[in-house]
Amino acid sequence: MSESTYQEWWNYALWLLAMVGWSLLILVVLLIVVAYLLLMDRKVWAAVQLRRGPNVVGAFGLLQSFADLLKFVFKEPIIPASANKGVFLLGPIATVTFALAAWAAIPVNEDGLGRWVMSDLNVGVLYLLALSSLAVYGIIMGGWASNSKYPFMGSLRSVAQMVSYEVSIGFVIITVILCVGSLNLTDIVNAQKTGLGTGVGLPNSLLDWYWLPLFPMFVVFFVSALAETNRPPFDLVEAESELVAGFMVEYSSTPYMLYMLGEYVACVTMCAMMTLLFLGGWLPPVDVAPLNWVPGIVWFVGKCVFVFFFFAMAKAMVPRYRYDQLMRLGWKVFLPLSLFMVVAVAAVLQFARGGFSATGL
Amino acid sequence: MALTAGFFYLFAVFSVIAGVMVIVAKNPVHAVLFLVLAFFNAAGLFILLGAEFLAMILIIVYVGAVAVLFLFVVMMLDVDFAELKAGFIKNAPVGLLVGGIVLVELILLFVARGFDLGVAHKLAAAMPAADSGVSNTEALGHILYTKYIYFFEVAGLILLVAMIGAIVLTLQHKIGVRRQSIAAQVARSPKDGVEVVKVPSGGSIIPAPDGQS
Repeated sequence: MSESTYQEWWNYALWLLAMVGWSLLILVVLLIVVAYLLLMDRKVWAAVQLRRGPNVVGAFGLLQSFADLLKFVFKEPIIPASANKGVFLLGPIATVTFALAAWAAIPVNEDGLGRWVMSDLNVGVLYLLALSSLAVYGIIMGGWASNSKYPFMGSLRSVAQMVSYEVSIGFVIITVILCVGSLNLTDIVNAQKTGLGTGVGLPNSLLDWYWLPLFPMFVVFFVSALAETNRPPFDLVEAESELVAGFMVEYSSTPYMLYMLGEYVACVTMCAMMTLLFLGGWLPPVDVAPLNWVPGIVWFVGKCVFVFFFFAMAKAMVPRYRYDQLMRLGWKVFLPLSLFMVVAVAAVLQFARGGFSATGL
Repeated sequence: MALTAGFFYLFAVFSVIAGVMVIVAKNPVHAVLFLVLAFFNAAGLFILLGAEFLAMILIIVYVGAVAVLFLFVVMMLDVDFAELKAGFIKNAPVGLLVGGIVLVELILLFVARGFDLGVAHKLAAAMPAADSGVSNTEALGHILYTKYIYFFEVAGLILLVAMIGAIVLTLQHKIGVRRQSIAAQVARSPKDGVEVVKVPSGGSIIPAPDGQS
């Protein structure tokens, strides 16, 4: 081998090391954030029901999630005798892998150092949509491989539910993309620096973000995100009153924990998506002196937690939907509404660019 | 380039293996899962070619929707594995014939066009240059909505017709089925639901049957 070949391989090794380091950093931070969001979820739920919530492990129960982790890991995983063993174990691994993989493309900040993202994809939104549509595989594999009735019912429900709500999520994303003109997530956030607020002469503020002009789509996306991640009130997949625990009935120990982890990471991904698409990502609420000194990542995390608070409140306050009502909402309410909004937004944008001329391109 | 070549062989080998396993797998659910793996590797090959939009669409449409419905159908089937294996041996010659014809056609195509290892560069030249600022998606949109707009619309119409056909085939109007009408429930007032009657002391009143709904 020549000297230049060694040089090339050395460069690859350095690049690989950098990528592995980046990934580890993102995963560790993400998992710790998820551990505390899980605690927050339970605390909010408890507060709504006038309970204390977890408060024994650590001060205010701050170590509860880690205690749960240890408990799950040290229990014995049970694989049913009639289960399809390979697929049975592949299910939870697929769920958690697809959920975590989404974070490779989510930008969390942009400043003088550049874009804080592992992979600045041209098609970042599509990547996130693809991974959220893959989440159904973990559930369907687990439900089928358990070789048991309730898990199978649960996974059949989940397939229909997730495929239905993906349609409206896709249309919501299309309206945002129409406004931005790019599929890159960083471009989507930067496009929200100007908007309705700056249009009437105000400084850059939260009035520029897309939640205001696209408010119906914001609501549709929020509800669809709940359904897509199987969060209450749409947790028919694991409805404990009917299906015991749905597709997770036969799971125990670490595989069960992987399912729970995947579900929560998918929730946080959806929160991040809402933050990026509608809440201006890392942009400060008002672009004035004390607020824009705060690093963008603080705003990003703050907005994600804000959205997650509403996820938790929806879980605490809204009773579970019946399955036919869920389907009715998805196909008869959200689909026509979002379809209409796509046409309406496209028409408004075309008018704003100077009427219906042949030089639309 | 060495890394790209390595990834190419990784994706290519896995997609071929997955494709073979789709046919060979005894369990139809496993076959569909291998099909999903093949789609994934094809998407990886698209990304290596610089067609990231097509790769994502392949995953969203085929893996996220079509293969899920396949899996849905296959899981619901009551499959007799012994019968399936017998069918495999019976159908193998036909399958081999069809596969052989496709293979011969592909080889003839390569022979007629000439086999050129530099073909990847020529393909790349048809795409916008990386520094031109025009992304793959934009370039695709410019072509699809101008030059090929009629084909695009016709493809949409064909899908619409197929969808309507499926709905017509499965739509049944059964008489006597009680369905929930949410508008009627919301519009219901105490006047419709409650009937106040004066019951004479010591007597009884049987409410009229049409008072209930």
